[in-house]
Amino acid sequence: MGENHAPVFIANLVSRNRSERIWKNLLQISTLIGIIFLIVLLLNIINQSFGYVAIGYRVPPAKLVGPGQTLENLDIPQLAGILRQRVSPGLLKQLENDTPLEQFSQVNLVNLVMAKIAKPEVVKTWSFWQSLSMREEIKQEVGQLPETRLVFFSWVRPDLVSNSQSSNPLIAGVRTALLGSLWIILIAIMVAFPLGVGTAIYLEEYAGDNHISKVIRTNINNLAGVPSIIYGMLGLAVFVRNLAQLTSGAWLGFSSPETANGRTIVSAGLTLALLVLPLIIINAREAIKSVPDTLRQASYGIGATRWQTIWHHVLPNSIPGILTGTILAISRALGESAPLVVIGASTYITVDPANVFSRFTALPIQIYQWTSRPQAEFRNLAAGAILVLLTLLLSINAAAIVLRNRYKRY
Amino acid sequence: MDTFITGKIDVKHVSIYYGKFRAVKDVTISIPDHKITALIGPSGCGKSTLLRSLNRMNDLIPSSHIEGSITFHGMDIYERSVDPVEVRRHIGMVFQKPNPFPRSIYENVAWGARINGFQQRLGHPSLDEWVEICLIKAALWDEVKDKLRSSGLSLSGGQQQRLCIARAIATRPEVILMDEPASALDPIATLRIEELMRELAAEFTIVVVTHNMQQAARVSDYTAFLTMDHDRSGILVEHGNTPQIFTNPVDSRTEGYITGRFG
Ligand SMILES: Nc1ncnc2c1ncn2[C@@H]1O[C@H](COP(=O)(O)OP(=O)(O)OP(=O)(O)O)[C@@H](O)[C@H]1O
Ligand SMILES: [Mg+2]
Repeated sequence: MGENHAPVFIANLVSRNRSERIWKNLLQISTLIGIIFLIVLLLNIINQSFGYVAIGYRVPPAKLVGPGQTLENLDIPQLAGILRQRVSPGLLKQLENDTPLEQFSQVNLVNLVMAKIAKPEVVKTWSFWQSLSMREEIKQEVGQLPETRLVFFSWVRPDLVSNSQSSNPLIAGVRTALLGSLWIILIAIMVAFPLGVGTAIYLEEYAGDNHISKVIRTNINNLAGVPSIIYGMLGLAVFVRNLAQLTSGAWLGFSSPETANGRTIVSAGLTLALLVLPLIIINAREAIKSVPDTLRQASYGIGATRWQTIWHHVLPNSIPGILTGTILAISRALGESAPLVVIGASTYITVDPANVFSRFTALPIQIYQWTSRPQAEFRNLAAGAILVLLTLLLSINAAAIVLRNRYKRY
Repeated sequence: MDTFITGKIDVKHVSIYYGKFRAVKDVTISIPDHKITALIGPSGCGKSTLLRSLNRMNDLIPSSHIEGSITFHGMDIYERSVDPVEVRRHIGMVFQKPNPFPRSIYENVAWGARINGFQQRLGHPSLDEWVEICLIKAALWDEVKDKLRSSGLSLSGGQQQRLCIARAIATRPEVILMDEPASALDPIATLRIEELMRELAAEFTIVVVTHNMQQAARVSDYTAFLTMDHDRSGILVEHGNTPQIFTNPVDSRTEGYITGRFG
């Protein structure tokens, strides 16, 4: 009997193996395509972030110093002399307001000479790939330009994070936008996390399976898919227009004509809190739902109250899932720009937010603004800022993952 | 403190519904003190439902409701003013599938005591001592005394079930309800649980649901046989001394079920 059937088995096996192989290959290909896109994205950003820059000067530093010397190894009196000679009397008076130039530090004076006299500016930029592949051509091209220096420049530089916005891409930084973003997600998460987890607990542990709670559940799921610009319009109507008294901080004595209209960090944070709330609720609900009922019964069975059961068993066991939702929420909030633009983020500010009732801008807005400038060097700057944003995102996520793993002890 | 006052439970004309479906119909049964009462009967006849109603665990199923009365120490536990949490503190429960908390062995036992207001007082055991006492009573101490801090889930199935029993007795209940406590265990672990039940009967009143006729015959003092009526709701057929039910049942349905199950 076995012999009779054996060939049939083999025949089935062959065709099944073939179709399995096809499926496997298809799935592999789709994974591969995804990975390729990711790599291309990263390469593109890196390509933009590093490369040769031709820097020209209003007054080349070489002209300011004697032969064989550089600005950096001049001493304080020499640097002060250069400044006195070249700077307009009005500016000099302003500079010497508190202390005479001779009492400035040497580094400060070098920076002043660069900023006020030499005034470096970008003449032309090349991408990383061009810099590698066309080195000689670039050198030749720059060699023909008068008073121009060629440097290999990293647009992600330490002072990209520490400097504030500037119209000179060589010194412009994202500090103001970075602080704005951090403030905004801090507020968004501080509001959305307790609200979202609380709602999820209510829906899963308290609300029965009646009509109303079903409608609420479905609607929360739908809210997660609403375009972010609509949240922006909601935030504009509610937090900026109607609650301007609260969100401008006037009730706490923070009054400034710029923020009296409620276009503040609080409004932005609250708007993004609304935006990520469904995300947090959905993930927290799934996490709470996945806690096995036998655990709840065990707890109730030895005389625990509902709250003791939730606090000691349901929540600790759903924390990994809740934190996953929070990670998603933070990532989403960090990357949003449309709703912030709608509620009135500033596009060009150089003043750091002093408190939550300040004007603000955020990293994605800053990046968008730079990429939309006509000059190529601002696109390099934007690529550098994107790397800052990505780093920030990855480090926040890493922190959340570490936190999550600490709860997976048993 | 260590001598528990034991009470008894009186179930009078109890019907239990899930929505419109009546799972248990007009059951009247008395659970004697310090004895083991076994509930037997075919699958789906409402044994678990009846058992859960004895400490108001059915309250957790939103669709269920109950008619009739269940009294404990002469007090109706379904009275409006009665706190179900308090009922469960006096009438504990052990489930079919071992379900220790995903925490340390020590915490599994200590938590129940702690939320029940365990207080350290002069001349009384400390929490550590109390955990030890409960684990000894649950016949688990020797196996876990060196690893109290490791996870309750790291134990074998039989050990986990004994841990659940230790957890149940840590809250000093008077009655312990057990829903097929050994059905997920191998024969040797089952025998250990049965021995344990006999030991616990000295201190507690026990109600146990079981599908295992030998187990019911070996372990219980009283046996109640439930079956399904033609409308699929569970009814109590007969209730009495275990030897009498197994050797000389009054009702032919009981006899049929028992002889069928003994094979
Ligand atoms: N949560 C519930 N919701 C609705 N109906 C239920 C629920 N639990 C049990 N039932 C129904 O009530 C009846 C009795 O169930 P129960 O679990 O009490 O039976 P049982 O005697 O314990 O069966 P088994 O021996 O298989 O465990 C069954 O018809 C079952 O379908
Ligand atoms: Mg059952």
